[in-house]
Amino acid sequence: MRKKLILIGNGMAGVRTLEELLKLAPEAYDITVFGAEPHGNYNRILLSPVLAGEKRFDEILLNDEAWYATHDITLHTGKRVTEIDRARRRVVADDGTTADYDRLLIATGSEPVVLPIPGHHLDGVVTFRDIRDVDRMLEVARTRRHAVVIGGGLLGLEAANGLMKQGMEVTVVHLMESLMERQLDGPAADMLRRSLEERGMKFRMGGETEAIVVNGRDAAVRLQDGSELPADLVVMAVGIRPSTESAESAGIYCERGIVVNDTLQTYDPRIYAVGECVQHHGTTYGLVAPLFEQAKVCANHLAGLGYWRYEGSKTSTKLKVTGIDLFSAGDFIGDDTTEEIHFNDIAGGVYKKLVLRDDRITGAVLYGDTADGAWYFQLMREGADISDLRENLLFGQHHLGDAGHGDVNRATLMADDQEVCGCNGVCKGDIVKAITSKGLFTLEDVRAYTKASSSCGSCTGLVEQILAYTLGGDYSAPEVKPVCTCTDYTHDQVRRVIREQGLKSLAAVMHFLEWKSADGCPVCRPALNYYLLTAWPGEYRDEGQSRYINERVHANIQKDGTYSIVPRVFGGITNPLQLRTLADVAEKYQIPQVKFTGGSRIDMLGVKKEQLPAIWADLAAAGFVSGHAYGKAVRTVKCCVGSDWCRFGTQDSTTMAIEIEKMTWGSWTPHKFKMGVSGCPRNCAEATIKDLGVVAVESGWEIHVGGNGGVKVRATDLLCHVTTMEEVLEYTGAFLQLYREEARYLERTAPWIERVGISFLKERLVADPEQRRAYNERFRASQVFAQEDPWGERGTGGVDRHEFIPLKVLG
Amino acid sequence: MTNDMEWQQVGHLDDIPKLGARVVRTPEGDIALFRTTDDQVFALRDRCPHKGGPLSQGIVYDHKVACPLHNWAIHLETGMAVPPDEGCAGRLPVMLEGRDIYLSLTVLDGAGSCG
Repeated sequence: MRKKLILIGNGMAGVRTLEELLKLAPEAYDITVFGAEPHGNYNRILLSPVLAGEKRFDEILLNDEAWYATHDITLHTGKRVTEIDRARRRVVADDGTTADYDRLLIATGSEPVVLPIPGHHLDGVVTFRDIRDVDRMLEVARTRRHAVVIGGGLLGLEAANGLMKQGMEVTVVHLMESLMERQLDGPAADMLRRSLEERGMKFRMGGETEAIVVNGRDAAVRLQDGSELPADLVVMAVGIRPSTESAESAGIYCERGIVVNDTLQTYDPRIYAVGECVQHHGTTYGLVAPLFEQAKVCANHLAGLGYWRYEGSKTSTKLKVTGIDLFSAGDFIGDDTTEEIHFNDIAGGVYKKLVLRDDRITGAVLYGDTADGAWYFQLMREGADISDLRENLLFGQHHLGDAGHGDVNRATLMADDQEVCGCNGVCKGDIVKAITSKGLFTLEDVRAYTKASSSCGSCTGLVEQILAYTLGGDYSAPEVKPVCTCTDYTHDQVRRVIREQGLKSLAAVMHFLEWKSADGCPVCRPALNYYLLTAWPGEYRDEGQSRYINERVHANIQKDGTYSIVPRVFGGITNPLQLRTLADVAEKYQIPQVKFTGGSRIDMLGVKKEQLPAIWADLAAAGFVSGHAYGKAVRTVKCCVGSDWCRFGTQDSTTMAIEIEKMTWGSWTPHKFKMGVSGCPRNCAEATIKDLGVVAVESGWEIHVGGNGGVKVRATDLLCHVTTMEEVLEYTGAFLQLYREEARYLERTAPWIERVGISFLKERLVADPEQRRAYNERFRASQVFAQEDPWGERGTGGVDRHEFIPLKVLG
Repeated sequence: MTNDMEWQQVGHLDDIPKLGARVVRTPEGDIALFRTTDDQVFALRDRCPHKGGPLSQGIVYDHKVACPLHNWAIHLETGMAVPPDEGCAGRLPVMLEGRDIYLSLTVLDGAGSCG
């Protein structure tokens, strides 16, 4: 018989836990849900847009009744649980309904604080907590004019804005002298107030409400100074407190909230709690992102997996008032041990402040231009050392190298019909609509529904930014991103475990790390294959079935199912005999198109798969090897003619390029790896947009790294200056090996270097010659196994014959 | 084995690598035969419902294949695209006798069956 699970509280945190649980262990429990409200689960964070008339209630419903039915969940709406009988393991609702449990999940959320002032129980006094409150406000707004909102915090201002949109005259009474004092510092709060005043909102700062009084037909809010504000409607938005009543009456230990441990268990281990009602390590949370993190952990333990822990969340805030951009995160006030960076353009309506401690961001307040909020928040959560970025930090991410995510800053300014994903033709409006109408919260959801960011991935940052902008503070990019949905482990964790545990096959890795899917998926399998290959060179047997087709058959698949091939021409230096061979092959096999690639090599396109081995045999006979133009591998070394011919040339760039390509060809890398060698600073080989670029100068060679001429242009960082060709080769091998060992699969050098910082590379490769030599030696050792030509093996050696011939030809 | 299905032997289980695929060429177009980890064999038309990509070249995982062109996932058992994508690569009857693979092309003129 299945165990019984009861959820008290049919809200976002509780239902999210159920959703996570159903994904992990759909058959584990018979589930019963009690909800005090008469609806399915709805998106409470979107109540403000409902009040402002920007959304309808049905648009914010997350789980309709059909959802509960589909998952065999017994749903009791409109029933409040009044008793938890822990001895009998039974709950009782206010209408007498009872249900038994083996596991109980409390997610009762929070309730608004009501000031116990005279008149607080009057008809026109509401809080801002659920859809009933919103309906009540809308009803009053239809016929009456004056509203007073008590509380100038996030919720109060959103309520005030909504009521103003409904045509009411709104005055906000705030006890403090500064709005949103828990999220904003003085200057930002002043700017916010001015902007709201321009829209017609009135404020009574430092105003203490004494009573709500009725004079005949009219009601008013009376302040301590004796003044009265006419009020047909009074909204109390002075804070929330965790709903702990049912837990407390059952003797479960509570402080401000229901106290839970890192597995979200209360002091009664059969009883779990998540959401706004809980207190974890002394903290309670009121935003959705942390609640979802709790839900994930709780579901993991309810499913009996037991390996995830909740360690608290860092939160950020955005105000959901259309037209006002405001962002706040962390400790934005600072103290003796912190320093601050400011940007203040009052006339332009832009204010930014970052609080730093030991070169790390500890807090941020942004007003007017919040485009970089998500980025600062990410740097803050990662605890990233910003010393390399410092001078440009305040100007935003687009002032950095733009490696793959320079577009991030555009998200908030973009029009709905502007294209976000150029690969799949997805516009910003499509994404926003999918997020709101389908109730999406994660990057994976958006990818599945819209295809945005599912191809080249260059718009991933932009899509995340749109998620953040659409969901406000309720979106959090996962702090650490798992490899894929088959696992909760990150690239770095998987890689470490492979080395530490001596795991030498995909099956062993998936078994040891308890992969959630039997075979893995097209995302994780190529990554694992790569990590195993770099961890155990010569020992690990490459699993062809876990490689993308191009790397499995060593040619580039084209849209019509034919292939293209690029023979390796070292340094791009060729001769009549080589060219004649290529021409002969093109004619003999009637290859439809021949062209030069961007790396100045010759590409043959439209080759049928069955032809590949024979073509390779002919090429191998003439001394050609694979150019690896199809792989996450070392590609070409582009070069100019250098001092051999050029009147400006300072060094022999062609010999240098050939030497580098001979040393490095065949190596598998996290993503494609391109190089260039220029014979003088005029840089005709465009070496400064390559993954590794070598530029000759009169006194030797400059080595540049981390350039990219593709998705987002990024110029290289200068790594060092050396004098001899031998040194160039040593640095090249060492840099390649560091990249191979440290970067995540599918991470180009440009974003990798922006992530780890150029200082990280310099410490290992420049400042420490011994380490540099060790990296280079490891690279050379792995090349012993990598430099077996895959074309020759297949052309003349009969390797993988099954890949190239049909199983059977019928008819 | 019933005659109206016109089963034809097309190969041996060992001819297809685990989590791999092979193509059977027919006058009506290519058929992709997939072998899963649990040694089941499935047959689909070798055309992704999205842009016609050759599914036989994709990565096989669980009972699904990812198209090599744009990464649509197709259920091997039904030929249907994994939601939210929509479409179907026609499915053909295939069976194992011992380790011999038999394929029936009787539904091929209807482009295979779906669902």
